[in-house]
Amino acid sequence: MKQAIALFRKDLSSEIRTRYAINSLLMFIIVTISVILYAIGQEKISDYLTGGLLWVIVFFTAMSGLSRTFVSEEERGTVMALQLSATPETVLSGKFMFNLVLMFSMNIIILVLYSLLFEAFVLKNLSLFLAAYLLGNIGIASASTVIAAIISKAGSKGTLYPVLAFPILLPLMLTLIETTKMSMDGTPFDESLVELAVLGSYNVVMIAASYLLFDIIWKD
Amino acid sequence: MKSNILKVSLFLLISFVIVAGMAFPIVEKPAHWYEFPLIPGLEENAKIVFFHVPTSWVSVIAFFMSTVFSIMYLRKKRIEDDYKAYTAAQLGMIFTILATVTGAIWAKFAWGAFWSWDPRQTSIFALMLIYGAYFALRSAIEDDEKRAKLSSVYSIISFITVPFFVFIMPRIMRGLHPGSADDSHSGPVVNFKMDQNMLLIFYLSLFGFTVLYYWMWSVGHKSLTLKEKVQKSYN
Repeated sequence: MKQAIALFRKDLSSEIRTRYAINSLLMFIIVTISVILYAIGQEKISDYLTGGLLWVIVFFTAMSGLSRTFVSEEERGTVMALQLSATPETVLSGKFMFNLVLMFSMNIIILVLYSLLFEAFVLKNLSLFLAAYLLGNIGIASASTVIAAIISKAGSKGTLYPVLAFPILLPLMLTLIETTKMSMDGTPFDESLVELAVLGSYNVVMIAASYLLFDIIWKD
Repeated sequence: MKSNILKVSLFLLISFVIVAGMAFPIVEKPAHWYEFPLIPGLEENAKIVFFHVPTSWVSVIAFFMSTVFSIMYLRKKRIEDDYKAYTAAQLGMIFTILATVTGAIWAKFAWGAFWSWDPRQTSIFALMLIYGAYFALRSAIEDDEKRAKLSSVYSIISFITVPFFVFIMPRIMRGLHPGSADDSHSGPVVNFKMDQNMLLIFYLSLFGFTVLYYWMWSVGHKSLTLKEKVQKSYN
């Protein structure tokens, strides 16, 4: 665990030095939102549509940013050093922590911008939405991390990343869109426990599978 | 000779199922062995059960087999297991497309639209995406062993999302598909609405398609193994 935190801090400090991921992701978010706003123009769009579009932005932002953790190791040629100095579990934990922090920081930005710019996006049950958002971010980060590891070993083919990640994330995404609709309707917390349980169990299953399979992916 | 008899009998069986499934009339009160009962809410549309259900059944079996052989590859590291998984996925893709297309055509007549994001439609669509991603991943990697390893891992990760589609999606989304939880009149079609003759033809069709799949799969993975062997001996 201590080693994992060290790895996480290494990634974080190298990120803070170059600010590559943060800057490009911020620009990506702004570009995506402005394209959507431009496409909408003066049209009046329905409330549910804004709830779905939010997750489109979250998904593609995650897809453009989360693969970097592993791909950058391959690009810099530091994989061998990492393989020698740390166990696979440690590497996965460190990378997962980094992706989690990246995911949360960019999703806070997305959420703030989104609720400022889209008038139709009104959440009647905020606590339900935030619970779903928290669980959903963990889920996206966990599935993306293990897919990113596969991509980095498959010759870092960037276009392949969303292709591989989407079917895995689909049950999570559908549940998240459904929960967003519910919180826009103002459904009480008790009635949506099933959806939250789905999100929670997805996270547990995905994290467990990542830890089981990462060993095989990581060792050449 | 023995395998020829098997092939001919499989051909005859599937021909019989196709002819029977299409030609046997659906009547209110079946009196003869070649008449099917009327299922309220489905009527003539019910005949698709002989073709659509077996193809989707086979596509799920193929997906399952692909995962099982992927696990076996990761355990034993035999490249043949990877070929078996790959062949199963290839056949699974074909049967998934067949199931989706027959289902969509049926839905046009039964529900009025080719596609309406019913939970079953969503899950077969997800299955198609998984197969597509699996092939995309395989074509991206040159090295044989690496390809086998990574695609096996991907196949296992994608398999663990299946319970979410099978058990959880129908709870969350409203279902139109016969056999959905809130379906009142056409109900669980297989259990009690079909009579003996219809059930017999249905099970024969299921059996025929499964054997057909198995035969195609065993020919497929053997030919793939031989092809790779020949290629290796040339290099």
